[in-house]
This record gives sequence, structure tokens and C-alpha cells, in this order.
Amino acid sequence: MAKYMEMIRIRFLMMLAYRTNYYSGILIYSINIGAYYFLWSAIYGDKSSIQDLSIVQMTTYIAVSWMARAFYFNNIDREIALEIKEGKVAIEMIRPYNYLGMKMMQGLGEGIFRILFFSVPGMVIVYFIFPIQFTTHPATWGYFLISILLSFIINTQINLLTGIATFFLFNNDGLIRAKRVVIDLFSGLILPISFFPVWAQSVMDYLPFKGISYIPSMIFTEGFKGNEILHGLMNQTLWALVLFIPIQLLWTTAKRQLIVQGG
Amino acid sequence: MDYIIDVKELRKEFTSHSSRSGLKGAFRDLFTRNYTIKTAVDDISLQIKKGEMVGYIGENGAGKSTTIKMLTGILTPTSGHVRVNGMNPHKDREQFVRSIGVVFGQRSQLWWDIAVQESFRLLKKVYNVPDEFYNTHMADVIETLAIEPLLDKPVRKLSLGQRMRCELAAALIHNPPLLFLDEPTIGLDVLVKLKIREFLKEINAKYGTTILLTTHDLSDIEALCERVIMLDEGKIIYDGALRQLRENWGEGKQIQFSFAEEATHAELQSLTHDHLVVWDQGSNASNWTASVENNEDIISAVIGQVVGAKKIADLKIVEITTEEIIRNIYEEGAVRNG
Repeated sequence: MAKYMEMIRIRFLMMLAYRTNYYSGILIYSINIGAYYFLWSAIYGDKSSIQDLSIVQMTTYIAVSWMARAFYFNNIDREIALEIKEGKVAIEMIRPYNYLGMKMMQGLGEGIFRILFFSVPGMVIVYFIFPIQFTTHPATWGYFLISILLSFIINTQINLLTGIATFFLFNNDGLIRAKRVVIDLFSGLILPISFFPVWAQSVMDYLPFKGISYIPSMIFTEGFKGNEILHGLMNQTLWALVLFIPIQLLWTTAKRQLIVQGG
Repeated sequence: MDYIIDVKELRKEFTSHSSRSGLKGAFRDLFTRNYTIKTAVDDISLQIKKGEMVGYIGENGAGKSTTIKMLTGILTPTSGHVRVNGMNPHKDREQFVRSIGVVFGQRSQLWWDIAVQESFRLLKKVYNVPDEFYNTHMADVIETLAIEPLLDKPVRKLSLGQRMRCELAAALIHNPPLLFLDEPTIGLDVLVKLKIREFLKEINAKYGTTILLTTHDLSDIEALCERVIMLDEGKIIYDGALRQLRENWGEGKQIQFSFAEEATHAELQSLTHDHLVVWDQGSNASNWTASVENNEDIISAVIGQVVGAKKIADLKIVEITTEEIIRNIYEEGAVRNG
């Protein structure tokens, strides 16, 4: 376990090595939240609520989903693809650890760094500019924490799958880009799932994406109540478990036919 | 007998597709492809004992790196039996890799953006090296390789020679009994090369580390290895002592003549017709090399005959270098016996 903790620490150091990235990150997230806030206030107009969400809840939803995104979002699919393309994966195979586990820990290191140094200061800035309401129920905060941890796991698993696909496709920039758009759209980051047409909502019930952003954000804004919270968390847990299966299958096949590119 | 590396009839085939030419060909490639099977390593068998330093040589594409990758568990063999350190590298991967160290000259295994010592610290955790052992062992390694002043620099700021010394140190953090070096001296200057060679000898003497080394620089092999394994098109064409290779192949001497005027092959041949001499032209018509048997009488006689008939600008007697021996072997494609 010590080696995985050490990997989180190393990732922290790597994030700190590039300061400009760090400062521009805070700025970009604040601008995104601002843009969506103005967009939604125009859509709301005089209406006090749409789909049971008030404008304040909506703003909070946006702010929280972007801040949560800072935690679950990572580029490990791109990194895996790059390591495969450059043949660096050979080096990883001679290390006594689980490659995918190590990648997940790197993602976690990145996530913890971002939530502490992007999201918290970013949230403070946003709090003073836009009308946001933080819940005062400690239970909601607790559910939210569990929920974003699960959303990190689901998102990282999807990233691992996309990354491993490079073994078979050799060049999967297109797939990585497509995955990103699909996640931003279907996870409820851009538009809450309850705003989609009913048929689309029922399709999304069978997809893992809403566990990434919609469920934790709805928990935080208290758009989910009582049983809905538990259902949401169960949905997330289920997906986190189910996604292990294709990852293991793909990874076993990939290792067997591993060809180290570039000699 | 316990071998640290025991390989029998190891084979690796790669399937690759060849693209058809032209636009029409590219469209056809969308539906059906031409596959060809290439054998990179062709039924090789080899045994290496503990504490040996073995040079593994061959031309580019001879299958050296592929063999190393199979021995380290990165690639799965197509067929054959592999046991390294008593384990099957592919099956028991996580346990197996703890018992080896690997340096790939062309790829870094340190983390690019962070200081060298942070990489060391991570590797120490990864290999579960106890603090006490780490402190004494690494202090020694760091001192011998003189990398103390580099430890707090990020890897991207190091020169190639500096980086390579750090890579070596990183591969030895867990003091593995077996070390694979894939072209460790590529692109390095003479001083760094010497330092690395000294260090490898020291490690070998101190811990009995077995070292398998691939390189294109034969002076590395001459300095380090008693045994060489030579590979050509996936097959082993020589496996034995380097000394013996020299004795069998380097039995002759070469006399390099620089004449004051131009000379012809026929002319020189007729001058020395009573001895077995092979004349080869050098860079121009006045430079010639005579290859003769290593026998003082013959050498003196040949020099006497030539000097008596032609004006000489320069003269040199040289022994055939290992490099030439190896070139000769590759040209003939097999090692002659005796």
C-alpha cells in the first residue's frame, strides 16, 4: 500500500512542477461557471423554477458539478495511450506493481490536488460573485463525499477502458475525444439529466455516465431527497463494480498480445 | 546445475500487415489485408550461470531486444521454455520483476518532471527496500557513480550521461541478482563509459550480480565480458569465450603500407608471391593493407620484399580488432570451428 500512497505524493509533486497550469486552471473553471450562470439566468427569465429546480439551486448545481469535475476528471486515458504509443509501457511492465492500479492512484493524486488547490479557492471566489447556497446538513455533505468518490472511480474506469483500447487501435485520439464529449453531455455536467426528454432519460438509466456528475450534484443541491439519495449511491456502486469486468478482460487480452511499439 | 537464465528453443513471431500501394490498394486494405509472419527470435537456447557477465551482440534487428523483452517478461514468447531466476517471467510477473534490474538505454525509467531523488524514493517504496539497506547500499552507489549533485535536479534538466548514471542507480535500488542492460552506453562519451564499466565490474565483484548486456560498442564487451553470444537473424551463431573468438579469427596480423606513389594489386601480389598474403586497397591507390599469418619470419620477409621494391611513406603493423572479427563473421554468416 505504501507504494500507492507514494505515487499519490509523486503526482502532487508533478502537478506542483507546473505552476502556470495551476493558476490558469482556477481561472478557466471560474469562467466556465460564470458563463453557464449567465446562460441559465437568461433561460430562467422570470420563471421561479424549471423542472423543480430554482435558479439558486441551478447555479449551485453548475458550480458544484464543475468543482466536482476538478476532482474526478483526469487525463490518464491520454497518458496510457501515449505510454503505449511511445513504448514506455515496457518500463511499466518491469515494475512490481499493478499498472492499472498505479494509474488509478495517479488519477487520485491529481484529483486530490485539484480539489484542494483548484476547487476550494475557486469555490470561495465563485461564492462571493454568484448566488449559491451551500447546504448546512452534515449528512448531505457526507453523502456528497461518498458520491464524488464513486464518480471518480467510475470516470477513471471509463478512462482506463479508453486507454487500454490503444493496445488494439494503436491510435485512438478520436475515441478519447469522443469519450470526453459523451461524458460532459451525458453525465449531466452541461445539462441536468432531468432536463432531457423522457425517452433519453430512460436510456441514460442504463448507462454509467449519470453517476459521474448528475448524481453527486443532485445530492449536493438537495434535488434528491430521501430514498433518491440511496438509489443514486447504489446506482454508482453498481457501475463501479460492473466496470471492473470489461477492464480485466481487456487488460488480460492486451497483455497477451502486447507489442512494444518502437523497438 | 542451476542456471540463472535457462532458455530452451525460445521463439517469437510477429504478425505484421503489408500495405498495398496506391489509392486503390489503400481501399482494398480496408477490407482484406496481407499478413506476413516474421520470426524475430528463432528457436534459441542459452544458459547463463550466476555471476557471469555476458555480452549479447548482433546487428540491428537481429532479435536482441526481443530476447531481452521475453526474458524480462514484457513480451510473451510464441513458444519455448524460459526460466529466469527460477521463475517464469510472464506468469509470476510481479514477483519476478523484483529479482531483476533493467536499463534500457533508449528509454528513461525515471519520472521526467520531478527530482531524481523523488524517483529513487518512489522506487524504494515500490520495491519495499528497508531503510537501513537503502541508506548504506544507495550511498555507495551514489558515490561510485558520482551522482550526488544531480539528486535534486529534475530529470529533464540532466544531460544524457548524467541521466544514464541515474538510470543505472535506479535499476539497482533493490540490489537485484540479475541485471539486464540494453545498450546502456549508447551516445555516451568516453569518460562516462569508463565510469559505467568500472561500476558494473564493481557491482559484479561485490554482489556477484549476473549481467546480460547488449551493445553496439564492442569495447564495452571487451572491457566487461568474458563470454559473448552472437545473434544473427534470430539465431545464435556464436556462444563462447571472447578470447577464443579472437584466437580463432584474429590469428593474423595486418601491415598497413602508405606508398609514396600509387601501386596496383597485381604488382604487390607479384612482389610477395612466395608467401600467403591478402592485399586490400585502403582509401586510395597508394594505401594498401596486407593481411598475413602471425609469424615473425613471414612479417619480416613481406616487409623486406615490399620495402626493397617501393618507396614507403608510412608503415604500421596492427592486430585485427574484435570489430573486424565480428564483421568477418557476419559476412560469412557462420562461425567456423577450430
